[in-house]
Amino acid sequence: MNIEALEDLAAHIEATQGDAVRASQIAVGELTLLAERDHILHLLRFLRDDQQCNFETLIDICGVDYPERSDRFEVVYHLLSMRMNHRIRVRIRTDEETPVPSATVLWPAANWFEREAFDMYGIQFADHPDLRRILTDYGFEGYPLRKDFPLTGHYEVRYDDLEKRVIYEPVQLTQEYRNFDFLSPWEGMTAEIPGDEKAVSEEAPE
Amino acid sequence: MADTIHTSIDDERKFTLNFGPQHPAAHGVLRMIMDLDGEVVTRIDSHIGLLHRGTEKLLEYKTFLQGLPYFDRLDYCSPMNQEHAWCLSIEKLMGIKVPRRASLIRVMFSEIGRIMSHILNVTTQAMDVGALTPITWGFEEREKLCVFYERASGSRMHAAYFRPGGVHQDLPQSLIDDIAEWCLHFPVAMNRLESLITENRIFKQRNADIGVVDVKTIMDWGFTGVMVRGSGLVWDLRRSQPYECYDELDFKIPVGKNGDNYDRYVCRMEEMKESTKIIQQCIELLAKEGPGPVLPKHSKLAPPRRAEMKNSMEALIHHFKLYTEGFHVPAGECYAPIEAPKGEFGVYLISDGTNKPYRAKIRAPGFPHLQAMDHLSKGHMLADVSAILGSLDIVFGEVDR
Repeated sequence: MNIEALEDLAAHIEATQGDAVRASQIAVGELTLLAERDHILHLLRFLRDDQQCNFETLIDICGVDYPERSDRFEVVYHLLSMRMNHRIRVRIRTDEETPVPSATVLWPAANWFEREAFDMYGIQFADHPDLRRILTDYGFEGYPLRKDFPLTGHYEVRYDDLEKRVIYEPVQLTQEYRNFDFLSPWEGMTAEIPGDEKAVSEEAPE
Repeated sequence: MADTIHTSIDDERKFTLNFGPQHPAAHGVLRMIMDLDGEVVTRIDSHIGLLHRGTEKLLEYKTFLQGLPYFDRLDYCSPMNQEHAWCLSIEKLMGIKVPRRASLIRVMFSEIGRIMSHILNVTTQAMDVGALTPITWGFEEREKLCVFYERASGSRMHAAYFRPGGVHQDLPQSLIDDIAEWCLHFPVAMNRLESLITENRIFKQRNADIGVVDVKTIMDWGFTGVMVRGSGLVWDLRRSQPYECYDELDFKIPVGKNGDNYDRYVCRMEEMKESTKIIQQCIELLAKEGPGPVLPKHSKLAPPRRAEMKNSMEALIHHFKLYTEGFHVPAGECYAPIEAPKGEFGVYLISDGTNKPYRAKIRAPGFPHLQAMDHLSKGHMLADVSAILGSLDIVFGEVDR
């Protein structure tokens, strides 16, 4: 996919969908649209039906969590056009409460992808026909892919021989989960080297 | 006819059946709640996630290198193809060029993986519809491929052989020679296998005109791979969006005509023959290329050789840093798809510039395919469900992640 064709495509989309598209960018040979949440269905329908875009296949919908933002979640759509042989990515932002319009009216395939995003992040989708959990256990609580959800989870299961059934217990770790911080000060150093201030204070008396 | 039947009898014919989660025809752990009208399926509600291991969560807590073996465990029928997508996504963000020899080795093992996956699918699908012999014949060949995996990586299944930037180690010439010899013998084995299934009356009755996929279904349900090609659409990422060195290789893309189970079976059989040709071409090119590096030289991605570490302090430090801290991937996002045996397998990678991925979304082809089970099976008989499921080529490692 050459860059000029992507630039033309981006210009075409921005010219016709100015309301819905906040910005577009091309990086590592991929076109990304930053879109408005409220106009997303309109934009996706345009991308699917427009002759120049023709993104007929929904490849993926997924959530991304940025806890430090006020709109903490991003919903990312990946589309593919087999006819035109190009791809596009559309990103919108939302928070924990605000629902995103469901894309199931455009592609039935969006059903499970949105269920997964709901299951993993708790992102709400409006007018989704069947917004249930999909990958996690029956009766699971919490949203595992959120950055504030611990890697070890909250409950563990085991078969209890006395009760003759699988029981749920709070996670007990014999050793605390160790998340090694390898982000060493030796890379990306610019201004100050840690420890330099000591050298100055020792030399000062002389 | 329907008007004359009393409603009470009508209601008696309707019932709900629980299929799975442990069922040999489910190809893993799939639970389906099926609403039946007599023997006709009216609705299927698939419950997945019984093999969910939180791969995407785990990846966020591992360095890029440590994350690689998780990809073997997704579609465990063709492990190296998955690793390939992960490596490609990292390479795309870092802007690394893979050495020529490594590229050829990767393509060769991707095609070996494709054959492994297709043998498994074709023969188990035959078993789903009642043929018990093909699986034993097919697995004899598959076993040899597992041995090639083992001789390259030390592991029959979870290879962890690909590396961002290339492959872990070079192949011994004896292994390449043995693969070349296998390529000569494999078409004969394929013909034997085909003589068992292709013209088999029962296999045809069970699969022809079952699970027909049309163009609208493909677009609506996000189908890729053989599910698309079986319906006559020429769509193969190796050809249309070539990665690695597929643009130099000569291979055909088999397409079906009717889009039913049987056409998909034929597509898979033909694809295996094409894959064999690709492997042979890779071997030729490897011989022409001669020995060379399999990881980029003088890069942060390649570990120093042991001998070097005995003499060089820098090499020792580099080795230590590579296997503890790992390498840093520049901030950004990318989507790297590959033509996996089951369809488009892609990795959407977001990096924040550290040694761990900020987010890695795995786009598994089986996920949308399985989702369409309800759509494809509606109106079919109960016995067709397992035939359709087999033809979708579902592996729960990648569906549940």
